[in-house]
Amino acid sequence: MRTLLALAWVVIKELYRRKDFYVLFVLTALITLVLGSVNFFEDTLMVRYLREVTLLLIWVSALVIAVVTAARQIPAERESRTIFPLLAKPVTRGQVVLGKFLGVWLASGLALALFYGFYLVVGAWKAASGSLALGLQAFWLHWMMLAVVVALAILGSLLFSAPSVNSTICFVVVTGILLLAGHLNTLAAAQPGPGGALMYGLYFALPHLELFDVRDLMIHEHPPVPLGPLVIATLYAAVYAALLLVAAWWVFRRKPLST
Amino acid sequence: MEPILRTDRLRVEYPPSRRGDPPKVAVKDLSLEVRQGEVFGFLGPNGAGKTTTMSVLLGFLAPTAGEAYLFGVNVRNPIARQRIGYLPELTYYYRFLTAEEILRFYARLFGLNGVEAERRIDRLLKLVELEHARNRQLKHYSKGMQQRVGLAQALINDPDLLILDEPTSGLDPLGRMKVREIIQRLKQEGKTVFFSSHELGEVETVCDRVAIVHQGELKVVGRVDELVRTHQANLEQVFLKIIGYPTCLAA
Repeated sequence: MRTLLALAWVVIKELYRRKDFYVLFVLTALITLVLGSVNFFEDTLMVRYLREVTLLLIWVSALVIAVVTAARQIPAERESRTIFPLLAKPVTRGQVVLGKFLGVWLASGLALALFYGFYLVVGAWKAASGSLALGLQAFWLHWMMLAVVVALAILGSLLFSAPSVNSTICFVVVTGILLLAGHLNTLAAAQPGPGGALMYGLYFALPHLELFDVRDLMIHEHPPVPLGPLVIATLYAAVYAALLLVAAWWVFRRKPLST
Repeated sequence: MEPILRTDRLRVEYPPSRRGDPPKVAVKDLSLEVRQGEVFGFLGPNGAGKTTTMSVLLGFLAPTAGEAYLFGVNVRNPIARQRIGYLPELTYYYRFLTAEEILRFYARLFGLNGVEAERRIDRLLKLVELEHARNRQLKHYSKGMQQRVGLAQALINDPDLLILDEPTSGLDPLGRMKVREIIQRLKQEGKTVFFSSHELGEVETVCDRVAIVHQGELKVVGRVDELVRTHQANLEQVFLKIIGYPTCLAA
């Protein structure tokens, strides 16, 4: 665990010292602040719309931070050749994968905490945030979903040579899952033959990231999610993240590293 | 007594660049032993297989055949690297960290924490004369300073075996002298040093034994003084003769 924390610390330190991260962070925090604070219109629909926009912004920003950061971790280690002194220590490739995952996931969690913090505090101030408990649940579920996304991006970084290619593929896959995965069974039922079977296969194999999205509940001020589904969703994310990390480790351990 | 470093018929093949071509053999059945307290020079021209061999020893590459052991532990096991220090040829460190942070990071990877880690960091920064720049990010360091950080990180776990890949490459004469002094000092402390270098004068000065590899094959291994005496020439001339440049030797 000490090794994993040390590796994660380097990831967070790098983000902390990178100016591009600050730009995204400050910009999104500012927009969140502005959008989250407006209940100027005195119109319920408008307030809901602004909440929706703000939450969408939080989702997009968190996704960008998580994917871009995760996608460059191992390629950057290889490109700058810092991987060599690292692996010359008693560190396994599995620990490198897990340490990188932990660092990016914690960093994404910090960013999310800030975004949701802004949303909830400013919303409470302007009486537009809805339930605090649901807000905290939304943060938790979002963070769990990011665990799957970060693991996916780390696996992608070992399969695709360029981080930009990997990031693009990750964005397309995650957006596709968020928009379509929940409807694949309906589509499969409507399509007979191998196409339908393939869609059923995808429906059961893909991680249903849309289940972690409780934005609609927040926008329409629903009560908090019961504890049971919350725990199941957490375990569901943990299983998918673990599977993806095992796959990443398997790919990485077979990769020769030439000095 | 178990050798500190041992390779047993080590073979490394790289896949061919074109389908149908034979694989490129980088290391051919290399069997080598380095004993405790030795300063061992691993010599060869560019492309001889030195770096590939080091890559296997450090776990970067899996051998095609044969095995390699550090302290009797197969190099496939990361525990084999618990008691080694490695200095790569070029400085490959996190440029956004300070010297102190990078040493603390590597100390943690060896399970060192707290007072012991801080004590070693202070001692090593003093040894490599970087105390004044300990809180400066590495991106602001000169090449020589970065190489000294490299040396410090290689010593953070007080290793029993140091693997140095061309440690003086690109250093000015003062930097080279400093590295030589540190190697001599480690030898006096009973440490084992395994290093590759093209600076044969330097190798002759500091090494007890050398191995010369050429085109992946071990050509000769022996004590420096014996090689020099047997061939009636200095190490550079011996090296050139062994790798097949008799005209240079004659000159």
